[in-house]
Amino acid sequence: MKKHDLRRRILKNKAIYLMILPGLLYFVLFKYFPMWGLVISFQEYRPYDGILGSDWVGFKHYQRLFTEPMFWTIFRNTIVLFLMNLIFFFPVPIILAILLNEVRLQAFKRFVQTIVYIPHFMSWVIIVSISFVMVTMDGGMINEGLDAMGMQKINFLLSDEWFRPMYILQVIWREAGWGTIVYLAAIAAIDPQLYEASRMDGANRFRQIWHITLPSIRSVIVILLILKIGDVLELGFEHVYLLLNAMNRNVAEIFDTYVYTAGLKQGQFSYSTAVGFFKSFVGLVLVMSANWLAKKFGEEGVY
Amino acid sequence: MVHDKTIGGRLFDGAVYVILFLVALVTILPFLHIIAGSLTTVDELAQKRFVLFPTKISWDAYAYIFSTNTIFRSMLVSIGVTSFGTLFSMILTSLMAYGLSRRDLVGRKQIMFMIVFTMLFSGGMIPTFIVVKSLGMIDSYAALIVPTAINAFNLIILRSFFQNLPDGLEESAKIDGCTDWGILFRIVIPLSMPAIATISLFYAVTYWNTYLPAILYIDSAEKWPIQVLLRQIVILASGLTADSSGFSGDFVTPPDQTIKMAVIVVATVPVLLVYPFLQKYFDKGALLGSVKG
Repeated sequence: MKKHDLRRRILKNKAIYLMILPGLLYFVLFKYFPMWGLVISFQEYRPYDGILGSDWVGFKHYQRLFTEPMFWTIFRNTIVLFLMNLIFFFPVPIILAILLNEVRLQAFKRFVQTIVYIPHFMSWVIIVSISFVMVTMDGGMINEGLDAMGMQKINFLLSDEWFRPMYILQVIWREAGWGTIVYLAAIAAIDPQLYEASRMDGANRFRQIWHITLPSIRSVIVILLILKIGDVLELGFEHVYLLLNAMNRNVAEIFDTYVYTAGLKQGQFSYSTAVGFFKSFVGLVLVMSANWLAKKFGEEGVY
Repeated sequence: MVHDKTIGGRLFDGAVYVILFLVALVTILPFLHIIAGSLTTVDELAQKRFVLFPTKISWDAYAYIFSTNTIFRSMLVSIGVTSFGTLFSMILTSLMAYGLSRRDLVGRKQIMFMIVFTMLFSGGMIPTFIVVKSLGMIDSYAALIVPTAINAFNLIILRSFFQNLPDGLEESAKIDGCTDWGILFRIVIPLSMPAIATISLFYAVTYWNTYLPAILYIDSAEKWPIQVLLRQIVILASGLTADSSGFSGDFVTPPDQTIKMAVIVVATVPVLLVYPFLQKYFDKGALLGSVKG
């Protein structure tokens, strides 16, 4: 392309560049400036002096990271919650979508869908509030139920054994229904002739699901799995933070909540930025590797 | 699918209906319990433990929470943030989405990559906080809107929608002497109302639910949106939470169960009200977002 040709093409679209400008400014200011701000993890950042005026300390904060016992606790907690997401949550929308697909009564299908999508639109504050009201020791319906059946009341909120089950049940309750949308769309794209042919061959409904539905949505499952792995460290600041308290900190503190408390509450800006950087970096590496692996196994991948 | 009338097939069908019915029930019961609970008296709730149909409707809890300024004020904050935020986000998002939908734009690929990359990697909470702070937004309503103004997923969904409009429309408008702004506002946007409505509702719900920006950037309690207040009233009162900077405001501590339930309902109802409108569109939108993301 000739130079003045390029110039003409750019000038011709002046108005379009003007339209993009505010959005571009947004991404530069609120997404790319913070990436540059990661340099404070190599500094002793003092808010008063700013990034340019603070002293450089090299890898000091990263050294602290790997020697700090609390760091390994949050590392473990993050991994455990991530694995729980993968094992207990991930299959639920798939199963739910397959069940919904087997429903022939369209009105019933729509009814169920309408209901199971609702929690997705509720904030974590609302989800956590509802469950707190239900499990509280004084008058919560779950504990009252346990009491009525002659069992011991359980202090769900202030115990470290109940944090993980509560966390994952809330995730499932909020997101399982919403997660079915993608799978349902993938299932809708399957050629109905496949089912007919299999019926001719005498396949029952289980075998149809196993041999037709599941293999047909395999690539969608793989894509969502990659995205999930990329989210390995995005377990949801809000959700965990709302459940976190002095009694369950040992199992509930994760990277995000730790960054918040160590950084904003205790003012250790540089150290907690290092923690956050470590987290983002691991996430990026994981999603790239998952994507690479998927391609290696002949799937499409995301990027 | 053809009907399958074998005994096995019927049993299978039956099981599917029962399971799905139970799933729907489990999803909706907590909401019903909270709504019913907020409409009973404290005594009835204590007696029956699990209320789905209050014997006598009592509005006491609502009367109480609206007798104080606190809830009103934060409802107003949330309503304001939701309306201005949605408008602001939609302006920025549609302008950028339309620009990036134009195939003849030099640098389009690079800008798209720049946007997708922010979905994979981010500077994180503290550096973002520093940026917001140095822009002087701390403790202002702008901090609840501007730093989260564009959602990359929403932008990509809208761009795909714009891109799928027939090219001929724009061309003929151009021949008739229409400018780029004219094309956007007189042709593209009117033709994209379903997509615009969906994305607006997604933004509106996000702004109504906003919590993290509020605890990061808002210091004064009178600027708290409803979600922060809800946390103070229900979650902090239920046990020790991450930080015990307890706030009771005008509320008796600890609030009765019925009052907590009423506050939950108040924070939930606006979303439930837009839900029917939302539902009409989101299958398509969410699908685009998750697969093409």
